[in-house]
Amino acid sequence: MIEHAETIVHGAEWTIKHGFVYPNEFIYWGITIVMYPYMTGLVAGAFVLSSLYHVFGQKDLKDMAKFSLVFSLALLPVAMMPLMMHLQQPLRGIEVLFTPHFTSAIAAFGIVFTTYAIIVLSEIWFVYRKYFVEQSIALKGAVNTGDQVKRVIYNILTLGAYDISEKAVAKDHKAVTLLAAIGIPVACFLHGYAGFIFGSVKANALWMSPLMPVIFIMSAVVSGIALCMLTYIIIMEWKKFKAILAKGRGNETVTVIAGVEMDVMKKASKYLLGFLVAAITLELLDIIFRGYTAMKSWDILREVMFTEDFTKIFILQYGLGNLVPFILLLLPKLTIRRLFVSLALILFGVFMMRWNVVVGGQAFSLSFDGFMHYDLPLIPHNLETYREGLFGALTVAATPFVIFWVINKIVPSLKEV
Amino acid sequence: MSCSRRTLLKNAVKGCVAASLPVSAFKFLSPAEARAAVGDPAVRWGFLVDTTKCVGCGMCVKACKKENEVPYDAAVTRTWVERYVITRDNKSHVDSPMGARDGFTDQKIDKLEIAPEDIAKAFFVPKLCNQCENPACVQVCPVGATYKTRDGVVLIDRKWCIGCGYCIMACPYGVRFFHPKYKVAEKCNFCYHRITKGMDSACVHACPFGARKIGDLKDENDPVTQVIMNERVAVLKDEYGTKPQVFYIGLDHNVR
Repeated sequence: MIEHAETIVHGAEWTIKHGFVYPNEFIYWGITIVMYPYMTGLVAGAFVLSSLYHVFGQKDLKDMAKFSLVFSLALLPVAMMPLMMHLQQPLRGIEVLFTPHFTSAIAAFGIVFTTYAIIVLSEIWFVYRKYFVEQSIALKGAVNTGDQVKRVIYNILTLGAYDISEKAVAKDHKAVTLLAAIGIPVACFLHGYAGFIFGSVKANALWMSPLMPVIFIMSAVVSGIALCMLTYIIIMEWKKFKAILAKGRGNETVTVIAGVEMDVMKKASKYLLGFLVAAITLELLDIIFRGYTAMKSWDILREVMFTEDFTKIFILQYGLGNLVPFILLLLPKLTIRRLFVSLALILFGVFMMRWNVVVGGQAFSLSFDGFMHYDLPLIPHNLETYREGLFGALTVAATPFVIFWVINKIVPSLKEV
Repeated sequence: MSCSRRTLLKNAVKGCVAASLPVSAFKFLSPAEARAAVGDPAVRWGFLVDTTKCVGCGMCVKACKKENEVPYDAAVTRTWVERYVITRDNKSHVDSPMGARDGFTDQKIDKLEIAPEDIAKAFFVPKLCNQCENPACVQVCPVGATYKTRDGVVLIDRKWCIGCGYCIMACPYGVRFFHPKYKVAEKCNFCYHRITKGMDSACVHACPFGARKIGDLKDENDPVTQVIMNERVAVLKDEYGTKPQVFYIGLDHNVR
């Protein structure tokens, strides 16, 4: 049994080779590494969306700003999760912080990530400081245990700064603007950096491109905005549904909620379209450039793009994930339902883009003479097939919503405070 | 508790500095730098493969697996031999079943039967780690678990590797893999434990035809250095700028 376990090669379980592939080549980076840039992208995108309001004063995004900021925090720990799941030695992951080897593009991840986390946390603190103080005052003398615990939490969260005079709150606002302004380049860096991790691998013909970081940033913003909008719609629809149950369909509250929802969404979708155009343009430029220069690797890349992975790249990613939602968003008389479908498709499109980069980059052998097909483990039968399979990815995808639910209990991002 | 904003910020800065000092000590104790200080700087290990002598028997692969505890029946291997058959229609057919551990016992290549009269040329090419002068794998390791020794061999610290696979992705030659037992990156190291004790690498020792040779490139009188200096040799994939240190005699343009 032990001998048998020793012959199991990491990657062999989900790699199907054909043609001439070097003996040691397998799909080493599977769905966990697809999830990593996808989740990081969502974090960065959500933050950029909130900053559009805080820094550039896009007042139309006010309602979205607070929500997307808190959501960005919920997504943050999840960006790290797939990486940890992917490591062969997860317990040693912390070494990246202890002995960073700075010639590596991954080494600075800990630093960039921590910097970003500090910015997000402090920005949220400044946004909610007044609320924390108000809560801690309001809960003074609370009798039941739940409220007492709450009060302790809010007391700690104030960090001892109880001054909520007009002057102090004005200073908070200033700090928020400053942090949001610093946060935009850092968020872009965090994600552009994920692009660099791939773009700088010179051995990989598909990944190696200076455009990679920029492409990653654009698609990150697209996916981040799309996810925030989607979540916002779901929450507003839920509110509307509750209002209908309580007060009946024709009630004023229901129409008000629906009106606000549509208004916010129409404005946000304009930004979404802008970033979507930028993302697609860059991606197409990359493909055209590769075809035109036709370097040694083009033969195999063309084979991968137009034959092996044609459905995944041109039908699912560009067609269903980009073109269809693009048209749906541009058609007049936008409805929430149509918007919902478009957003889901855009999120799917960005996911497919990550997939086609990460898995597509390993779809051909370094020998340029063979192919590898990634057979995603669906039903896990051991830890390995869970971590690197569909269920691992689903766990990663579900976690931010759980975290958001918890954070939102303490830091209400959907109420006027 | 009252705490002015100024005091809070002051204390926060102090706290950060105090915390970062002990953490930065880890950087000074970087295992990559400490470990890389091994090896004799007066030596530069290099390898010479004479493809014209290789018959594809696979003795080298067998010997390597046994010497270096790479699970015998696992598909991965530190060294392997590729078979090239170029047909008259200028098509190249390549294979390396089990890395040629058991040699090439089947005439079929990738289930394709090739008639002898259709063959224009055929040859074998042994592959191993190139111990690059400018190794991409060392560059990308996020924790410094893989490093180049002073005598030019790239080693892996099994106790420090986090198993991210970035080095595997970065190697243009596909020599790296995850060790099935140790769950860390693994590759050929010219049998560093042997060569530093005056012995040959296991594959060199096992090759019955002298197709593989190891030598010190800094020693002009070393037979390997003599050949590299005076004869026409080539390296694999020099376009990646890795400066490989495994030299080949009789390399064909069809070699991948």
